[in-house]
Amino acid sequence: MLEIQNLHVRLEAEDKPILKGVDLNVAAGTVHAIMGPNGSGKSTLSYVLAGRDGYEVTDGTATLDGADLLAMEPEERAAAGLFLAFQYPVEIPGVGNMTFLRTAVNAQRKARGQEEMSAGEFLKVVRDRAGKLRIDADMLKRAVNVGFSGGEKKRNEILQMAMLEPKMCILDETDSGLDVDAMRLVSDGVNALRDAGRAFLVITHYQRLLDHIRPDVVHIMADGRIVKSGGPDLALEVERNGYADILAEAL
Amino acid sequence: MPVPQAKLDALAARIAGLDLARGGWAGAARAEALARLGAMGLPAKRDEYWRYTDPAALIAPQAPHAATFAAADEPPVFDGIERLRIVFVDGVFDPALSDDLRLAGVEIELLSRAGQTDIHWAREVYGVLEARGQAPVQRPLAALNTAFADEGVLIRATGRAARPVALIYLHRSETSDAILHHCIKVEAGAELTVLESGPAAARFNKVMEVDVAAGGRFHHIRAQGRDHGRRAATHLFARLGAESLLKSFTLTANGVLTRNEVVIELLGDDGVAHIAGAAVGDGAFHHDDTVFITHAGLRCESRQVFKKVLMNGAVGVFQGKILVKPGAQKTDGYQISQSLLLDGDSQFLAKPELEIHADDVKCSHGSTSGAIDEVALFYLRARGVPEAAAKSLLVMAFLAETITEIGDEAIAADIRLRLQNWLERHGR
Repeated sequence: MLEIQNLHVRLEAEDKPILKGVDLNVAAGTVHAIMGPNGSGKSTLSYVLAGRDGYEVTDGTATLDGADLLAMEPEERAAAGLFLAFQYPVEIPGVGNMTFLRTAVNAQRKARGQEEMSAGEFLKVVRDRAGKLRIDADMLKRAVNVGFSGGEKKRNEILQMAMLEPKMCILDETDSGLDVDAMRLVSDGVNALRDAGRAFLVITHYQRLLDHIRPDVVHIMADGRIVKSGGPDLALEVERNGYADILAEAL
Repeated sequence: MPVPQAKLDALAARIAGLDLARGGWAGAARAEALARLGAMGLPAKRDEYWRYTDPAALIAPQAPHAATFAAADEPPVFDGIERLRIVFVDGVFDPALSDDLRLAGVEIELLSRAGQTDIHWAREVYGVLEARGQAPVQRPLAALNTAFADEGVLIRATGRAARPVALIYLHRSETSDAILHHCIKVEAGAELTVLESGPAAARFNKVMEVDVAAGGRFHHIRAQGRDHGRRAATHLFARLGAESLLKSFTLTANGVLTRNEVVIELLGDDGVAHIAGAAVGDGAFHHDDTVFITHAGLRCESRQVFKKVLMNGAVGVFQGKILVKPGAQKTDGYQISQSLLLDGDSQFLAKPELEIHADDVKCSHGSTSGAIDEVALFYLRARGVPEAAAKSLLVMAFLAETITEIGDEAIAADIRLRLQNWLERHGR
């Protein structure tokens, strides 16, 4: 589903190479995890895939079901089925959470040539999905992420994912700032969306999240490249021994 | 200090073609206004209060030409609101377009018809609040209005008005120069909503004096008309009694020059005054909000919330003052003026002032200028919202705090729709 080949990316402001040849292939129905030390380029990879400004792709390709992601605007990538759960969800004062969700859902439907969801239908679906994530009516009414706790913000990201039903979901350190209960809620939300037509790329520092969201493949990223890939055991190895051994072996 | 000759010359030239309506109960008030005006002269660019806005086009003997504009793409503002309509075309009352002026809970009379009948309450308002508002800052255009206005409405609310009273200002002549003067009295415990809409004329000078007695409630919502070439100088003078409330919201979209002055005196204890403005301008647009709020009573609350969205060289001005008089303890004053500059060409000039002569008060003010939040914009786009719609959503979010000041949800929704349509037309 998601195919990345030899991706090289430079940070425009600092003229600094961040990704130095990433190769990654995520098939439909699978969950891949990326782990790696700070500064290895994990978040940059997620931002570049989502289309954030400030990065220049100097080489390589990234496609979603064969379509060139890098040629699309961020909203076109979203309509094509890509979703990034932000590491730091953005606060938008003055925009109600419900308005935001409905605008996003209908914008994507419109882009795909589908009919807009009626207000009644939308309300029903949003209440059901929010309830499962323990997001109450008050959180839906408030401005997007404003005054939300760290855990509430992350749950709100998963709610957006549940409403938009993307096919390729990238979770950027969704576990950071979560307590044990919130982590379970978020993981349950993600697991409920797992199916044969959907794939996940889970970026995390800790193995703990992967106890809840079981990955099929684990990658280790370092210095802008994927240096090692393996099964779920690789995450356990990192948890036990840190990155030093793996990096020494890879370099 | 003697008045500079240039100001007196400008005044003589301006009023040469105007007639002073003599006689009747307002005659004395007009003569006094003319005397006030003679002692001030007309404003000049070098006046401290006109530093950011050039008054030349507002004081010229002839109104500068302004093309009329018929918006075919949306129905007139407030069209869906059940209201009593009073229509002025280029400043002239139009009985055929207006509703019957009878309304439960309210007495309405035209200024032109009231000349010979003694409407005693209006004597205590006409020119009186304007005169009170001439110190410490001179407002010559308001004195000129009091002296020469021969039309306007006198509205007295004695109970709860059954419907809002809508003053509709149509602009049909490209050279019209309109002067209107309205007096409003909200009696103790009464409640009234006044809507104003439309450009009025090529050049419009309007004064509204509002006297709110104890426990009275006055709501004011206006939309100033989409004509690009129109110019306007408006004044709202208000005096508030104990436990009374005044809320005023203004939407300004387009207009080459607008100066809206608001002068409020919180005289009784526990009064509340909220003044809000949302202005959107693209290109030749100069919009000036000049506000002066005096706290004289105990425990009064005032809010000034002004936001401007500017692009392609548009200019926004805010001059806002809170004066807390000696003894006005427990005052709660809030003032915010912000601009969202959608490009590098636009300009926002702000002069917030606080003058406090009491020791137990809470007053805050803030003024900011900024661009669209790029991080928020990316977040919205990453969720599939196209760039233009995402920007529009962020602009509406920026303006939201002003629209919140409109109490009536149907009116607020209408204002929101106008803004959204404007943003869509202007590519944001």
